[in-house]
Amino acid sequence: MLEISDIYKTFNAGTINEVQALQGVSLNIEDGSFVCVLGTNGSGKSTLLNAVAGTFITDSGSIRLNGQTITKWPEHRRASMIGRVFQNPFSGTAPGMSIAENLALAARRGRKRGLGWGLTAPVIRELKERVKTLDMGLEDRLDSPIGKLSGGQRQALTLLMSGWLRPDLLLLDEHTAALDPKTASKVISLTEKIVSEGRLTTLMVTHSMQQAVNLGDRIIMMHHGKIHFDFQGEEKKRLKVNDLLALFDELRRKDQIDLGVAALLQENYV
Amino acid sequence: MTLLIGSITIGLVLALLALGIFISFRIFDFPDITAEGSFTFGASISAALIVAGVNPVIATVCSFLGGMLAGSTTGMIHTRFKINPLLSGILVMTALYSVNLHVMGKSNVPLLSKKTLFTAFENFSDSVSGKDSMVNLIGWEVPARDVWVMLFCLAIIIVFCLLLFWFFRTNLGTAMRATGDNSQMIRALGVNTKTMIIAGIALSNGLIALAGSVLAQFQGFADVQMGIGMMVWGLASVIIGEALITGNSLGLLITGAVIGSVLFRLLVAIALRWGMNPNDLKLITAAFVFLALILPGFMKQTRKIKLFR
Repeated sequence: MLEISDIYKTFNAGTINEVQALQGVSLNIEDGSFVCVLGTNGSGKSTLLNAVAGTFITDSGSIRLNGQTITKWPEHRRASMIGRVFQNPFSGTAPGMSIAENLALAARRGRKRGLGWGLTAPVIRELKERVKTLDMGLEDRLDSPIGKLSGGQRQALTLLMSGWLRPDLLLLDEHTAALDPKTASKVISLTEKIVSEGRLTTLMVTHSMQQAVNLGDRIIMMHHGKIHFDFQGEEKKRLKVNDLLALFDELRRKDQIDLGVAALLQENYV
Repeated sequence: MTLLIGSITIGLVLALLALGIFISFRIFDFPDITAEGSFTFGASISAALIVAGVNPVIATVCSFLGGMLAGSTTGMIHTRFKINPLLSGILVMTALYSVNLHVMGKSNVPLLSKKTLFTAFENFSDSVSGKDSMVNLIGWEVPARDVWVMLFCLAIIIVFCLLLFWFFRTNLGTAMRATGDNSQMIRALGVNTKTMIIAGIALSNGLIALAGSVLAQFQGFADVQMGIGMMVWGLASVIIGEALITGNSLGLLITGAVIGSVLFRLLVAIALRWGMNPNDLKLITAAFVFLALILPGFMKQTRKIKLFR
């Protein structure tokens, strides 16, 4: 389904701000699996998602999706196969346009946009039905601008939009991080519903270990631009939040050892 | 009254400019100063073609296409080479000054004795209401010709407004509006935002060039300087329209731009009539736009102060 092999990405190469965001990441995701990506800050988890989405072109390595090599494809071309929800609830919708118009835009994701009328009667009927499933009372406010809604409502709509034309791959980039706990749990249950109904292949970056434990069938842990741990199947099911915390600790200790060893070597030999 | 009708007519012609500015500034959030060059570009293309004996309708269409070319150049410079929007516009505007001189061959081309769009309107008027006839308009005697010309301009503007309204509600037009509203989102939905920006700025400058072309034909000459200050002029019209029409539905905003343009032209005509020095016109326009830009923020501040008292 998604085959990432040995991708590298360095930002601001050759300057003091150089960041080696991805250092040889390889990952195969099977059709219909739900993968959670965990990692420390700056570990490259969001960068990995953006590499797949095409926000930038990777320095080396290849990305294949659904049998097609998309390594050099621009972002908008990949969008025909990929649905996305961003961390910032304001990123996924156009604030000045109505709820209906936003949804109608999503209903043509990756398709040709010609001079046909955008909001035809059948489209409006369908989007009303789908918005109703959110159970937020938004179906009666289809003509009001989306910018007037709360972050949670906007994120729920973005989720609905990204799953509208069953995408081959759904990318969720910490999509609940900016929401209050109650709204976040609502958005998570909506995520579960949309993913399971469409049997979507999903790659979700999250900060919440609880989410990673509860959701999906695979956990990947990243650190310094590399995948350090990968749990699947039974192993994933047995995993608890404490186990994940222990692993994070392990990674942190490894880092300290590196620094400690450097100091030791310096003292003795330099 | 003749002055009034003349002002309304010019206001309607310049409404095309306001619509162009509305597209670049409001829909795409792109401060496009190409307008100053493409306005004159439209005027000079039409002037050169009309002097060469080309049918004025064809000349006007050529101006529209010329404006689109200028706009797409700006869009291309901005998107392909990642140059700041303002600077892209300045580059094209500056280049167009030379182009315009070449197109016209000199800095001023008179069109008074030539066959323009307005000769056609006037001929129509003469055949309907008779040559040099006057009509009674709310108590004033005005030449029938002027009234007809005004009505023609109104009809043209209404057609353009309807076309734009329709266009911006099609799938393509909605994608364009989304590009200006949230480009990240619309890219994730599979739209090439670069193409959208190029096409949108092309459309905007096409309309602006059209305004230049029609204005040159109306006033009977094209001048290489006539575009100076036109961007701020158009922006002033858009701002007046927004102040008058509270609401942000597309139809209202388009109508607002047209009404704003006519109203602004009337205000200017009245001010000039009252003895304002024409040399001060651009200074006052700029000051007006400045005030209109800072007033909303300023009013919010004073409201806050009142709340804390």
